[in-house]
Amino acid sequence: MAEALLSLRINGESVHAAAPAHWTLLEVLRYRLDLIGSKQGCDKGDCGACTVQVDGEPVLACLTLACAAAGREVRTVEGLGWSPEASNGCHPLQDAFDRWDAAQCGFCTPGILMSAEALLRKVGRVVTRDEVREALAGNLCRCTGYTKIIDAVVDASEMLAAPRDET
Amino acid sequence: MPEQPGPEEDVGPVDGQVEAPVDGPVDGEAPESEPEPVRWQLGKSHRKVDAMERMRGITRYTDDIKLPGLLHCKILRSPHPHANILSIDVSRALAMPGVHAVLTGEDLPVPYGVIPWTPDETALACGKVCYVGDGVAAVAAIDEDTAIAACEAIDVEYEPLPAYYDPEEALAGDHKINPYAKRGNLSKDVVLEFGDVEASLEQADVVVEGEYYFEGTTHGAIEPHCAVAQVEPNGLLTVWSATQVSHYLHRELAKVLRRPAHTIRVIQPPLGGAFGGKSEPFDLEFCVALLAIRTQRPVKCLYTREEVFYSHRGRHPMRMRYKTGFRQDGTITGVSARTFIDGGAYSSFGLVTTYYSGQLLCAPYAFPAYRFHSTRAYTNKPACGPKRGHGSVQPRFAIEVQLDKAAVELGLDPIELRRRNDIGPDGMTVNEFKIGSNGFLECLARVEAASDWGRRATLPYGRGLGIAGSTYISGTNYPIYPNEMPQAAVQVCLDRSGRARVFSGANDIGQGSNTMLAVIVAQELGLELDDIRVLSADSDLCPVDLGAYSSRITLMVGGACLDAAQKLRRKVRAAVAKRWELPARRVTLIDRKAMDLEDPSRSVSIVEAFQWAEADHGLLGEVGNYNTPKDRHGSYRGGTIGASPAYSFTAHVAEVEVDPDTGVVEVKHIWVAHDCGTALSRRIVEGQMEGSAYMGFGEALMERHDVDPGHNGVHIGPSLLDYRMPTFLDTPELHALIVEAPDAQGPYGAKEAGEGPLHPSIPAIANAIYDAVGVRLDSLPFAPPRVLTAIDDRLALEHAGELPTFKLGRGRAGLASARAAGGVA
Repeated sequence: MAEALLSLRINGESVHAAAPAHWTLLEVLRYRLDLIGSKQGCDKGDCGACTVQVDGEPVLACLTLACAAAGREVRTVEGLGWSPEASNGCHPLQDAFDRWDAAQCGFCTPGILMSAEALLRKVGRVVTRDEVREALAGNLCRCTGYTKIIDAVVDASEMLAAPRDET
Repeated sequence: MPEQPGPEEDVGPVDGQVEAPVDGPVDGEAPESEPEPVRWQLGKSHRKVDAMERMRGITRYTDDIKLPGLLHCKILRSPHPHANILSIDVSRALAMPGVHAVLTGEDLPVPYGVIPWTPDETALACGKVCYVGDGVAAVAAIDEDTAIAACEAIDVEYEPLPAYYDPEEALAGDHKINPYAKRGNLSKDVVLEFGDVEASLEQADVVVEGEYYFEGTTHGAIEPHCAVAQVEPNGLLTVWSATQVSHYLHRELAKVLRRPAHTIRVIQPPLGGAFGGKSEPFDLEFCVALLAIRTQRPVKCLYTREEVFYSHRGRHPMRMRYKTGFRQDGTITGVSARTFIDGGAYSSFGLVTTYYSGQLLCAPYAFPAYRFHSTRAYTNKPACGPKRGHGSVQPRFAIEVQLDKAAVELGLDPIELRRRNDIGPDGMTVNEFKIGSNGFLECLARVEAASDWGRRATLPYGRGLGIAGSTYISGTNYPIYPNEMPQAAVQVCLDRSGRARVFSGANDIGQGSNTMLAVIVAQELGLELDDIRVLSADSDLCPVDLGAYSSRITLMVGGACLDAAQKLRRKVRAAVAKRWELPARRVTLIDRKAMDLEDPSRSVSIVEAFQWAEADHGLLGEVGNYNTPKDRHGSYRGGTIGASPAYSFTAHVAEVEVDPDTGVVEVKHIWVAHDCGTALSRRIVEGQMEGSAYMGFGEALMERHDVDPGHNGVHIGPSLLDYRMPTFLDTPELHALIVEAPDAQGPYGAKEAGEGPLHPSIPAIANAIYDAVGVRLDSLPFAPPRVLTAIDDRLALEHAGELPTFKLGRGRAGLASARAAGGVA
């Protein structure tokens, strides 16, 4: 199979990989770069487990050709812990998910975190439960019934909104 | 087909059981009495021991395993619902560059089945295919694309046969679907009667009769099935699989591959959800194992989402005819049930399902007479199996709607009617199961208060509240294959740095069982959860456990873990007491310290305490065991199936809004009160309750797993778009209300929480819809066309004067009343 050389920006770093030209961003992340945090649940854009951010927007990596991401900023769950909001390698969203037990099997969680992070960044204040529902409607979770995920995202938005010295 | 030994079915579990030996005192010490230990970890909300690595994207699930030289496996599947295989020619596929091996049914001819009495499937089809999706051949190739192309190059000649899609038609049909079936297309038939049912119905003041249909649903775990196999240099075959029952997989691999079990290592990597859908071996595990042996390279198979739907093993469709007798005061006189179960092409757990469809209904309500007749048939569909609430979610729907109908007829409040029938604690069900603790009345009281049930009397037309109750098992009294060994065993080691290691065969499938074990060890040894490393579900490193099914892990594996942890606790306390020259009962372990209970200022770090104990006793390692009591089931044939050491209880209230003009049902709230005995880790229990209520809600309103007989038995929509699982926007507000009625059988009184809380969702919603618009929906799912038709039918009857106007004067405005007035077609 003919392979193409890809130059990508992932989590703020330049990376290069050779992969079949028809491979999706998800395949390149998982099977070429070993960034296994992004998950494949359906491979056709239905479940949201593969959600990453491209130029700050949540996108489905299983429906994005890897070559279409060239020259753009790709952010995956692995990069969340390196963001300025993170402490000890842990983003406030990840900490809130941990405290709320918002990840049961955790398979949908990376995608949900990437959708939720985009929401919090765009809204820039404490979010409402309905805003969370709307923003995460493209991410399926089969374990939690969503309740604790909504709790955690609202909680994280409160943590982020609070002045740093009070957190 | 090879000649099969005659299945003995349920004879095994009934006979030949012997009491397990009772554990003697450890090291000759008598267990010391201690004041009730401080609940310093129990019942708190914990961070799970393994959640953070999942959220950081570090955890390696099965598909994340990378091995040098990995080959990819794809399975060619049948396009026919029922056909003989006349020939298979794999030569073109084998000749393709990059193809390393091809398997067909004759390479793996040994029949297997997760229930040892019904070995009625082979890894790949042998001679015939029984549903669209049946595996026919498997390819190992250098990459997935090549494997897919090779599958397309396999030439299979089929002779199509008539297909059956309805269990009653299959039973009457001439063409046998599964060659291992003893009689026609009968998979299992169970008739059990307790008391005089005919008399009980004759004596009743009111007999409610109903026919209910539960359409199938599937698990929908977000992680697809995946397996990887590799032959190690020493010949050991290692199989990593996204399974929830490593041990049964291990046994079946040994059987089908004709290899001794000790030459196989089964590892369950962290799992992306299961819900019963990964509780038996699937074709992919056998295929990757044999392909790895044949090629001497690691081989992986990852199901597509479509394959996950076809592999199924989900909730059985059931057609249920119920007769329930009531006295004027609402008490039940007797229950009679006739159930046809659509099994699909293979048995799976179907023998058990058939029993469960009747056996698990005898609580939380007492009734003196009961008969059920359940018949499971083979059909040319994906095989059904266990889904969360195995076998009893369907009949629970029927019986809870029956109770609601009786409440209307008798003019009783449906919660009050349920109270009057409560079986209570420490009793015996009509089918001779011993009930221990029972918090059902408190569950009813909690949902009644939380939902503000009293407002139900004045809710307007279109809005309603519905109630339902249920019970579920905390594991089964007997394992799937009869044996006298413990049902659960755990090894715990302490080390001189102040850490504990827990080795457990239990499968953590996201439900948090690793954390549950850590909580128990932390509670007993005075540790934080961070101090504990749980190693689970690796057959080379961990003791055998039977797996994550039937809600058994908290009670059974938790019980074994408590046994081991208490032995270690005694050793550590004894070592500290010796040095302090105190009786051991004065020493407790808490907050990473050993402490004098009577002088809390006197303490030593847990590290030093462990070192003292290691000096006295040698390396600190203990095993713990759990075995079930053998006196809690019925004495009749089949009386063990469905019996459990302890039963959970649940009540739901659902609040709905029904749009009478569109038939759209919106569930606004579900209040879930669940008696889990004792909540070992509060937030995890709540998460199980919320996840259960969500899943039941989806089954009630949205989900349909079926095939299309008009299109040759293909699935009606094998994708997560067409199979409509509730999203964030669909899911109602879920309110988890933990009720604790500790049971003597469970660790610290704990019972199950993972499956029971699903059961009442569906009937609570059905009953709420009746309360909203006065229509009964006895078939699932409650999709808008079905609801609208029912509303229109009622409005027409109201208009004709054959039914009273429902909720007259309570908001019957707008189109609905206009349609009623004007008549509807």
